Amino acid sequence: MKSSSPLSWLKSREGLYYLALALLLVVILPLALDPFRLNMVGKYLTYAFVAIGLVMCWGKAGILSLGQGVFFGLGGYCMAMFLKLEASTPEATAHQSTPGIPDFMDWNQVTALPWFWEPFHSFSFTLIAVLLVPGLLAFIIGVAMFKRRVSGVYFAIITQAIASILTILIIGQQGYTGGVNGITDLQTLMGWSIRTDAAKTTLYFVGVGTLFVCLFVARWVQNSKFGRILVAMRDQENRVRFSGYDVAAFKIFIFCLAAMFAGVGGALFTLQVGFMSPSFVGIVPSIEMVVFCALGGRYSLLGGVYGALLVNAAKSGFSESFPELWPYAMGALFIGVVLAFPNGLAGLYRRYVMPLEDRLFSRKPAARPARPEPARREDKTLPDHLSVEKP
Amino acid sequence: MNKDDFLLAVEGLTVSFDGFKAVDDLSFYLEPQEIRVIIGPNGAGKTTVLDLICGKTRATAGSIRFRGKELTKMKEHQIVHAGVGRKFQNPSVFEDLTVFENLEVSYPMGHTVMGSLAFKRDAAVIEAVESVARTIFLHDLLAEPAGLLSHGQKQWLEIGMLLIQKPALLMLDEPVAGMSVAERKKTAELLRVITRDHTVLVIEHDMQFVGDIADRVTVMHQGKVLSEGSIDHVKNDPRVIEVYLGH
Ligand SMILES: Nc1ncnc2c1ncn2[C@@H]1O[C@H](COP(=O)(O)OP(=O)(O)O)[C@@H](O)[C@H]1O
Ligand SMILES: [Mg+2]
Repeated sequence: MKSSSPLSWLKSREGLYYLALALLLVVILPLALDPFRLNMVGKYLTYAFVAIGLVMCWGKAGILSLGQGVFFGLGGYCMAMFLKLEASTPEATAHQSTPGIPDFMDWNQVTALPWFWEPFHSFSFTLIAVLLVPGLLAFIIGVAMFKRRVSGVYFAIITQAIASILTILIIGQQGYTGGVNGITDLQTLMGWSIRTDAAKTTLYFVGVGTLFVCLFVARWVQNSKFGRILVAMRDQENRVRFSGYDVAAFKIFIFCLAAMFAGVGGALFTLQVGFMSPSFVGIVPSIEMVVFCALGGRYSLLGGVYGALLVNAAKSGFSESFPELWPYAMGALFIGVVLAFPNGLAGLYRRYVMPLEDRLFSRKPAARPARPEPARREDKTLPDHLSVEKP
Repeated sequence: MNKDDFLLAVEGLTVSFDGFKAVDDLSFYLEPQEIRVIIGPNGAGKTTVLDLICGKTRATAGSIRFRGKELTKMKEHQIVHAGVGRKFQNPSVFEDLTVFENLEVSYPMGHTVMGSLAFKRDAAVIEAVESVARTIFLHDLLAEPAGLLSHGQKQWLEIGMLLIQKPALLMLDEPVAGMSVAERKKTAELLRVITRDHTVLVIEHDMQFVGDIADRVTVMHQGKVLSEGSIDHVKNDPRVIEVYLGH
């Protein structure tokens, strides 16, 4: 946790794991995969943003949100609105009864651009909105819930209800949102076509870079005293409160951060895939996001990234052959993870692979790694001078 | 003496849970540097009194004045910042953090969101943590996760977490309950050190121990003050004898 030079950090164990991920995403996958597959990985990566937000919010702080799709969707819709406006020039839409507005508006007898679409002509506004719209909604939900001490299952259910409400709203307001089809037919970003293979590969690298920025932000938060307070809150909320902290403020902050990460992921998703629709917003995708995080390991940022990649890859593989079986497979996966290895892949890695690494590279066992998962008493051998009486 | 000359003035304090008055029109006053012990049978409302003072439970009626501030209207963390530290009956420490981190989290700096993000572990922090760790006999265990401590060590750690806050009033709820004989002795020693320069409000059953440390004793029964005074005074109060031995 000591801030040493970046170079010596890269040589540390944690630094090497980050390097390995960078190597995989920047070198290996682009070399090994054709543009189509790489684009798929780019799409999976956009979910990794949600996963690292969930690691912070659920893993570290113990706040389970089953509505992250809402924030992912809002970020995605902000980007889609910008791209849609760019695609709806008066020339391109000359055949409409009202040229210059998005096609779905015209089909729904909307005759003027709604006021809340106007600012999305500006790309800088859009970029800010990608962060602030999800952040603001999370702030409002956070203030309403955490100040009233709503937590645990109740909070999870409320986030799920919000996901459901937003989906209904988007589908119901077809004329303003594109309804169930979403916002489609997106072509260019400031004149640059986003549909070519080359563009998708470029967007993939933009996504990877942005992911690392988010990872480092999350890592910084996690290693600050703030991060330790999150863990403390998960353990003993009252003790944190009676140590002089305004618990609600900490929860609101981390929930907003997770929402903004999700929003960034959503915006990149829209760019990578070329459209946005309510099917990425509702209850099912929101739960899937929690599964990525659980499978990867909810206490580990990198675990979250790998979880998002692997579950989505498995989903694509499965859906190509047995699409109707995927929901069952995912359900089974989730139950399996929760029952058999609650710390996910990262937990398994820590337990089985790290000791091997220690032997292989004759490293001294990491005395105390950043301890991303709870000390599990049964996993540890007790020093002789300590006796543990279980209450 | 004026009401605000006391460190703590509790007056007419009442809380009712669905009509059941766990604390009923209770009044007592603490002077600075005083060591006050609250005793009373189980269910007398002792823990609830501490809950009311630290803001965990909201009073139905009455007032709690602390250094000129009315605590009944303040939020929990504001009460802590006003100078009230409270130890719970069951040890509550952060099991996933080390002993060092437990104490550091309690160090009275960087308590806001931004403050905690910017917080630096500087020499003053390390010094404060190590000094408190020595007082609570955990100096050799600073790097251990608190989850690995024994029951007694967790109790000490929680006391340490209060000490590092430098509270003007320390409230301890049955600090030696569940401890081994050896741990009890060390805790008594620890409390004697603490009581030298703190005002302490402590709930305890061990009469030997109470006699050792208390300036004054308040006996509670059914949410009310039954008797108050020196240990000898309350021990010989017929009403107290009646409650403890009468049935
Ligand atoms: N939050 C609560 N809701 C309902 N009843 C409570 C609550 N807290 C305490 N009580 C009741 O108040 C009474 C006093 O409890 P307590 O203060 O814990 O007693 P003591 O610490 O003296 O043993 C008990 O009868 C208890 O059941
Ligand atoms: Mg009690």
